Amino acid sequence: MAKELSKLIADLKENEALDLAKKLLKEGQDPMEIMAAARDGMKIVGERFAEETYFIPDLIFSGKIMKGVAELAEPFLKDAKGGQPERIGKVVIGTVEGDIHDIGKDMVVFMLDVSGYEVIDLGIDVPRQNFVDAIKASGSKVVGLSGFLTLAFDSMKETIAAIKEAGLRDQVKIMIGGGQIDEQVMSFTGADAYGQDAMAAVKLANQWYGG
Amino acid sequence: MDKKWEEMTREQRQEVRFERWLSGDGLDFKSPAAKSEYQKRITRLKDAIQLKKTPDRVPIFPFGTFFMPQLGGLDPKGSMYDVDKLTGAMMKYLTEFDPDYWSSAIIIINGPALEKLDYKLYKWPGFNLPDKYVYQCIEAEYMKAEDYDTLIDDPTDFWLRTYIPRIIPGLQGLQDIPSLMSVIELPCIWPLLFTLGLPHVQEALANLMEAGRLGHEWSGKIAAQDKEAQEMGYVQFVGGITKAPYDVIADTLRGTQEMMGDIYRRPEKVHKAMETLTPLMIKYGLSGPAQSGNPMVFIPLHKGADGWMSDEQFRTFYWPSLKAVIMGLIEEGCVPFLFAEGGYNSRLQYLNELPRGHCFWLFDQTDMARAKEIVGGTTCIGGNVPISKIITGTPDQIKEICKELIDTAGKGGGYIMGMGCSADEAKADTVHAMIDFTKEYGVYK
Repeated sequence: MAKELSKLIADLKENEALDLAKKLLKEGQDPMEIMAAARDGMKIVGERFAEETYFIPDLIFSGKIMKGVAELAEPFLKDAKGGQPERIGKVVIGTVEGDIHDIGKDMVVFMLDVSGYEVIDLGIDVPRQNFVDAIKASGSKVVGLSGFLTLAFDSMKETIAAIKEAGLRDQVKIMIGGGQIDEQVMSFTGADAYGQDAMAAVKLANQWYGG
Repeated sequence: MDKKWEEMTREQRQEVRFERWLSGDGLDFKSPAAKSEYQKRITRLKDAIQLKKTPDRVPIFPFGTFFMPQLGGLDPKGSMYDVDKLTGAMMKYLTEFDPDYWSSAIIIINGPALEKLDYKLYKWPGFNLPDKYVYQCIEAEYMKAEDYDTLIDDPTDFWLRTYIPRIIPGLQGLQDIPSLMSVIELPCIWPLLFTLGLPHVQEALANLMEAGRLGHEWSGKIAAQDKEAQEMGYVQFVGGITKAPYDVIADTLRGTQEMMGDIYRRPEKVHKAMETLTPLMIKYGLSGPAQSGNPMVFIPLHKGADGWMSDEQFRTFYWPSLKAVIMGLIEEGCVPFLFAEGGYNSRLQYLNELPRGHCFWLFDQTDMARAKEIVGGTTCIGGNVPISKIITGTPDQIKEICKELIDTAGKGGGYIMGMGCSADEAKADTVHAMIDFTKEYGVYK
């Protein structure tokens, strides 16, 4: 039954997936298992996105289905034992100061999450100090800076400079991405790598975490 | 004998519109040379678009928003708060860089007027963004899922009494005025007159009056600068604006993410709403050229780019209503100027459904050699100089890029030089390199 839930989510059947999750929870199935099955479904969505049978709307919509399942499971989870699944590593991510665009970043968060990373999402228009603080607090080895507008070039550069100033530059690998980012912007900002899509972010994280 | 408009083909109508634009009616040219330059530039553009004659050289249009005033020495806050400085900076940009075409500063809106309205759809510099940042749209669910029927029933009423009060709190009072059907006859009008007197409605009207006063003065000064620049021989590129019906809903009504849910959850409502909006977007698109006498209608494209939807989703949800808008403009002799932000590599074949010589497609990151090959026989293409290289690169690098573009995309005409996006920032040396190099190397022999 849990497998069926994974499949429904992977096939983006929202109503059917939510109905099944409701039924399973009512029957007393372990909510942790249901959540794990849902995550498996999301993983398949991620794979289909990577192989370009799914596109951004499909990814975003699967996230909405997942949210629905999580909301159903939440009252049951309080009594459940166990915790989050094993994670490969942490990634701090955010859209840099001055830029309020979120979709590119959200897709990277999604793909990192389904690929086994714990993502610390700082949101949009993130002041550089917040990146510094999050790296310190989490001990994350990977940082992702997102930006859609060209003003993000300077913002990324300044954020990376702030990370360096805080003495954290050697501790982290920094990747950048978004609308107009290319190799030249990468050197301009002092980042370690750039990516053109969400899959590139996963590849880079895997490389840096040796996964 | 002159044919009547109704009897003309779309080609003839386009010709008439270009002739009208070319005549410079209402402009008082500074010199015969200025007039000749103005006309040469429009002819160059016309030749590039129509794909009948090779232009004398590659036309140059660095498309931008805050790009021009920034190159003229003014930051985004100054551009939104000081119209005299803005028009000065625009003139400085034009005279210093001498591009063929520019896009009017009229789209840089007056900050105080927006403040007066308590405008919430965007953030802007000098108000809720730092001075150096450009205005940005705040995406949210301004139209709820349950509002689809209201929009479909009567879009203009939805705009007036639902959408406007939500994005412009200073006009919240408008949500309490009655249906404007009430003005149909004298005995019916009393609810309108009554509600117009409510204190919060009066406040909304007062805000409108003041924002209108500020905006009128502001836009008037920019229009005067536009006129003066054209009298000096420069050509203002954009004559009107409209949008793809899908983007209308996805950009600022439902929001990108909610719209992506809608195509699964309520596809029939999405279709119905787009069907309702299509004739309105055509009418809106035609209204600009009717005022400006310039046939170019700008259509920024957002949610149909590569990766943003599957081919099937594009074919089902995005393209049919966009095509209808494009065709509606073409039939009236206008020239849709489509800005395909991001990549459009997977959509190129659709462009061949359009008639030859009626559009300008500005490409951002699309493969230009391939675009030339696939759609070069159908439409004029342009852009593709990466803004990243304009901002962080060197003049030599830019020249190299422009050479490649002229050699491939520019081969035989049908290409307009420029950056791949509506730019906000730039560096003087690279922009000079793009313009100056194209003037020299882009001459067709």
